[in-house]
Amino acid sequence: LLSSRAVEPQSEGQCAPVDSLWRRYSEFELLRNYLSVTYPHIVVPPLPEKRADFVWHKLSADNMDPDFVERRRIGLENFLLRVASHPVLCQDKIFYSFLTQEGGWKEMVNETGFQIKADSRLKALNATFRVKNPDKRFTELKHYSDELQSVISHLLRVRARVADRLYGVYKVHGNYGRVFSEWSAIEKEMGDGLQSAGHHMDVYAASIDDILEEEEHYADQLKEYLFYAEALRAVCRKHELMQYDLEMAAQDLTSKKQQCEELATGTVRTFSLKGMTSKLFGQETPEQREAKVKVLEEQIQEGEEQLKSKNLEGRDFVKSAWADIERFKEQKNHDLKEALISYAVMQISMCKKGIQVWTNAKECFSKM
Amino acid sequence: MEVEGRVLGTPLPAPCPGGGAEPPEVLALDDDEDDLEVFSKDASLAEVNSFSPSMPISPSSMINQYKFEDEPELGDLFITVDDPESHITAIETFITYRVVTKTSRGEFDSSEYEVRRRYQDFLWLKSKLEEAHPTLIIPPLPEKFIMKGMVERFSDEFIETRRKALHKFLNRIADHPTLTFNEDFKIFLTAQAWELSSHKKQGPGLLSRMGQTVRAVTSSVRGGVKNRPEMFTEMNHYMETFSQKINVLDKIAHRIYKEEREYFNEMKEYGPIYTLWSASEEDIADSLKGVASCIDKCCKATEKWMAGLSENLLPILHEYVLYSEILMGVLKRRDQIQGELDSKVDALANKKTEKDMCLATWESFLASQTVDLHVEEDSEDRP
Repeated sequence: LLSSRAVEPQSEGQCAPVDSLWRRYSEFELLRNYLSVTYPHIVVPPLPEKRADFVWHKLSADNMDPDFVERRRIGLENFLLRVASHPVLCQDKIFYSFLTQEGGWKEMVNETGFQIKADSRLKALNATFRVKNPDKRFTELKHYSDELQSVISHLLRVRARVADRLYGVYKVHGNYGRVFSEWSAIEKEMGDGLQSAGHHMDVYAASIDDILEEEEHYADQLKEYLFYAEALRAVCRKHELMQYDLEMAAQDLTSKKQQCEELATGTVRTFSLKGMTSKLFGQETPEQREAKVKVLEEQIQEGEEQLKSKNLEGRDFVKSAWADIERFKEQKNHDLKEALISYAVMQISMCKKGIQVWTNAKECFSKM
Repeated sequence: MEVEGRVLGTPLPAPCPGGGAEPPEVLALDDDEDDLEVFSKDASLAEVNSFSPSMPISPSSMINQYKFEDEPELGDLFITVDDPESHITAIETFITYRVVTKTSRGEFDSSEYEVRRRYQDFLWLKSKLEEAHPTLIIPPLPEKFIMKGMVERFSDEFIETRRKALHKFLNRIADHPTLTFNEDFKIFLTAQAWELSSHKKQGPGLLSRMGQTVRAVTSSVRGGVKNRPEMFTEMNHYMETFSQKINVLDKIAHRIYKEEREYFNEMKEYGPIYTLWSASEEDIADSLKGVASCIDKCCKATEKWMAGLSENLLPILHEYVLYSEILMGVLKRRDQIQGELDSKVDALANKKTEKDMCLATWESFLASQTVDLHVEEDSEDRP
């Protein structure tokens, strides 16, 4: 388990008994799991990466690296802010106590028994393959989130490589600084010009460190949405599961009704094992048949009620999930636009700095 | 003797310190011309000026001085090198270049010549010129092959770079007031292939050329450094340092080019991803496409930068690397000649000493004879 501490900001709204406390990364994970299970129709904000991914050579892949730890801390803070600003999630009591209650929080979460409510992976996978009539919008959303995930991870990988190369270009220029300085020692007329030009080369080479650090921030913003894709998929999966459940229940009801009818009329329309065994082992007595029919009728009654409620559940889910998805879409568009804008601003500033340095160097050379 | 000029714009100390009997005007420096514009695109190079042949050759004025001029001095000999073609024989594959000469000079039989030459022929010409004019700086030739360059031996890029360098080489010779009248140069420009190879064979044989090299090595080992005037020591020191620095600069520039190219390759892949992404989006599709096009423009700009680097900065740095080697060679030759001179002077001094000793021996003998005579006479006189 990774031990990373986050000192949290002041808790939202209500009387805040505790201003700050310590939480491990694993506790954040627990919180998120709880929220995902308890609010399956909500696109739950993702956690920042546990391990350093998409590194370029300078950035350490070491999880203990202070820069990485700091960026993860910011990511965790961001997670909490997202949850706190969500209209539904912010009201959750477990979330509240995460922010305010030092000890015993873990036990409290486990007591909710949310783990039991969690759907098994296998069940979900099964449903995905077998569901016949999922809401088209969710199917589309699933495709979108797949595309989003693949395109952002590709983008982050290539960006890391570009950063690596850019670093190389800048740093090699630092050699100019050294050589100019050495060379200026043997020159009379050109000495001063070379010396100052060398200084500018050093400045240029050093500037890349800050530039790339800023770019990491951009990468982090993209990463958040990369992880959001998974949250989207989770909601879609839940819908498929519910829909599949519904379809199965409807199917089950239909077959029970049919059985009932057959027993009542004495005709066997469909092949059934029961039918075969009864043929092999002798017909049932009318009393037995009556009993069976009664049982079936009860089951059918239950089934119809269940189906009704499942239907309702399903529709409610779709409605509320879609509402949150729309909210998410707006948030996403807004955030990504902002991220792209700040990326462009960064690039402009980097280019301006470069122009400045080279203009200065050019002046030094022309004065030589 | 009136010798003027500068050495690569290097400001050597103008008041020549006591280096013996060398005339101070040898280093008359003119400080307002700035020759070494390595980083400006329009740096034009090398006009090699030698002192006139009628001047007595003394060790001190062996050092080559030249100044850079922007315009070629002589305009009656125009040479182009182009049209590389590869030839495949059983033994080897090689490239020939077409050398076209247009001239209005009388000593040329015709006014236009077109011949084909291969790299080996250029090497031959260079060595003939060095032989004939050991005191001059012969322009550099591109190297035989690039060891760890980014380019393969017979790639188009390599051939083009070489072609340009060969073109420069011939034109520099043509613009040189002395070299341009060299006989081998004329033959190089005008002779047909078979004429040239038979002429080549006539030159001093391999052995004599080896002898020169041996002499050069032994004399430098013996150290013509003994009596080196101080100005040459300083020059040597400067050249060594300069040579080292320019080599490093050359390496750095190549490395930057390489890194830039890798950066460009990655950027090429980076832009399209944004375009791909925009296909899945609605609201932000335009923003993403915008970013993609910006990255594209950056790519084009990077391409331009690389082209500028490889066409301008890199070749110039490279030339100076070659020049610094040439100059080191010249300084070595000077040292070698100095060494020879010194040994001759020593030999002369020895002979003189011997002669004096001989003379002294004879004189003392004669003196002793005379003394004996007098003694005899004296003894005879005494009755």
